[in-house]
Amino acid sequence: MEIIKKGSWVRIYDVVLESTERSPNLPEDTKKVPLEMWNKGFLLKDAEIGEQVSVKTLTSRIVKGKLLEENPTYTHSFGKFVPEILPIGRQLREILQGGDEDA
Amino acid sequence: MHKDTSYEAVMNRRGEIMKKAVGIDYESFELDGIAFDYEQMMRKTGYSLEQVQKIQHSTGVGNTPLLELRNLTALARKFAKKGKGARIFIKDEASNPSGSYKARRASTSVYHAKKNGYKGVIAATSGNYGAAVASQAAMHGLETIVIQECYDSRGIGQPEIIEKARKCEAYGAEVVQLTVGPELFYTFLTTLEDTGYFNASLYTPFGIAGVETLGYEIAMDFREREGKDPDAVICTNAGGGNLTGTARGLLKAGAENTRIIGASVDLSGLHMASDKEFNRKSFTTGHTGFGMPYATWPDRTDVPRSAARPLRYMDEYYLVSQGEVFFMTEALAQIEGLERGPAGNTSLAVAFSLAQEMNEDQTIVVQETEYTGAGKHLQPQLSFARENGIEIFQGNPEEEVPGKNIILPSHPELIKARTVDLDKMRISYVKNTIKKNAVEKVSDNEMKFLQEEVKLDKLKLEEILRDLSIKY
Repeated sequence: MEIIKKGSWVRIYDVVLESTERSPNLPEDTKKVPLEMWNKGFLLKDAEIGEQVSVKTLTSRIVKGKLLEENPTYTHSFGKFVPEILPIGRQLREILQGGDEDA
Repeated sequence: MHKDTSYEAVMNRRGEIMKKAVGIDYESFELDGIAFDYEQMMRKTGYSLEQVQKIQHSTGVGNTPLLELRNLTALARKFAKKGKGARIFIKDEASNPSGSYKARRASTSVYHAKKNGYKGVIAATSGNYGAAVASQAAMHGLETIVIQECYDSRGIGQPEIIEKARKCEAYGAEVVQLTVGPELFYTFLTTLEDTGYFNASLYTPFGIAGVETLGYEIAMDFREREGKDPDAVICTNAGGGNLTGTARGLLKAGAENTRIIGASVDLSGLHMASDKEFNRKSFTTGHTGFGMPYATWPDRTDVPRSAARPLRYMDEYYLVSQGEVFFMTEALAQIEGLERGPAGNTSLAVAFSLAQEMNEDQTIVVQETEYTGAGKHLQPQLSFARENGIEIFQGNPEEEVPGKNIILPSHPELIKARTVDLDKMRISYVKNTIKKNAVEKVSDNEMKFLQEEVKLDKLKLEEILRDLSIKY
């Protein structure tokens, strides 16, 4: 396993509340699953992916959790093209240029 | 001293934690029974309009452009009866430093936190507010932690929320991301206790006072341009703070005859705390899942008394579908040349419909826009919906079923805002108050309070109380 070096910027994961510890007023599907958390920070000691680690977050808090990845990146985008959006603009321009429908 | 951090123990300490983290003694505004002195709370703990203007001016917040949407007005008039079709204006709040009107709401809170020596601020939000707090905190040199409800139990997150996390981090904030569930509040409390930071709640008098400038600017700009007040101002409504603050600002400007209209995306049938339904909606705010419960029970927020009390100010309330808002978002880009985020356009969809019922010499102001970008845009939001099994097609938006499909109107004429029976919501508010406080008899003071809370005359309120078998 690859060792992630101390001081690396990493993403961690933890369970905040097990399903049995959760609030009683929840829909059935939510009741069945734990309350989970993700955070990011600087790794305090060399570690492998999957290990329990501590990180120093951007506000200098020490937070514990399972090491998930080094240099976590954003992958959100503009998604796959949705062709149903395409006709809207052309339709509106046509209506606007088509003069008064009542006339 | 090691504190008990079990769910129950932390929830039991909530009052104590909040008092320290907000610095407001809410007890001092309580009157007899169910009543409390709302105006006194706003005066004593908030900031005056002049102070807020000064604070916002120093951080580049506010004084956003008021734009007339001539092409959308012309389009609405195509479908209106002769003489109908009010002029539509929009307050381009995306021009604020963090890209939404939430900069106003954050500005006073963060200023207050700095002034009172807090080292940082915390906000529990999956919305634009996180970025607003982080941006203001960056200006004031404070730390920020934003706690988001972001993922379902498969670890899949709404692209819009992930984009907001990115934006918070861009301003140097720490972002804690959680799965679905109201126990976000538990994490919020432990983090407040752990750090001693200020709770930049959306619902304190600071936050709401920050929005008052928005209503005030609309009235002032409008008078300068048009020589009169707008006939209607439409506010997208979720937790109620946007509408409350804007309405208060309009009233402070003396615009007493302007109709205050709430607008929400109709997500009826979807449970907001459901793990499976979390990713079956395409709007994370501005929807009925917040709009209804928060209006009919405002004190469900993270502070003992919410400063956001929309039923005090709302004259009318309308719903539109997800498909209608996405359509209007595209329309705003395509014929007005303004590419803005979808959530802020909820009130625009309502305006487009209402304008057709109003006279052509009347005016209607949509009071916000928000920034757009990867994740936070109709393209990725619709793409995500499709990946999560939601059908997307063109048709009649009236037939949209939240969580099942999103229907993009096949023609703009099909966009029709649906009115909400405000009296029903008022009754629901009274019922909630009576039930939660186990009230048997309503005193004269409480009667006066209830009247203000739901904006009803005494006779109508007495009728409601009689129907509920409550003495007065």
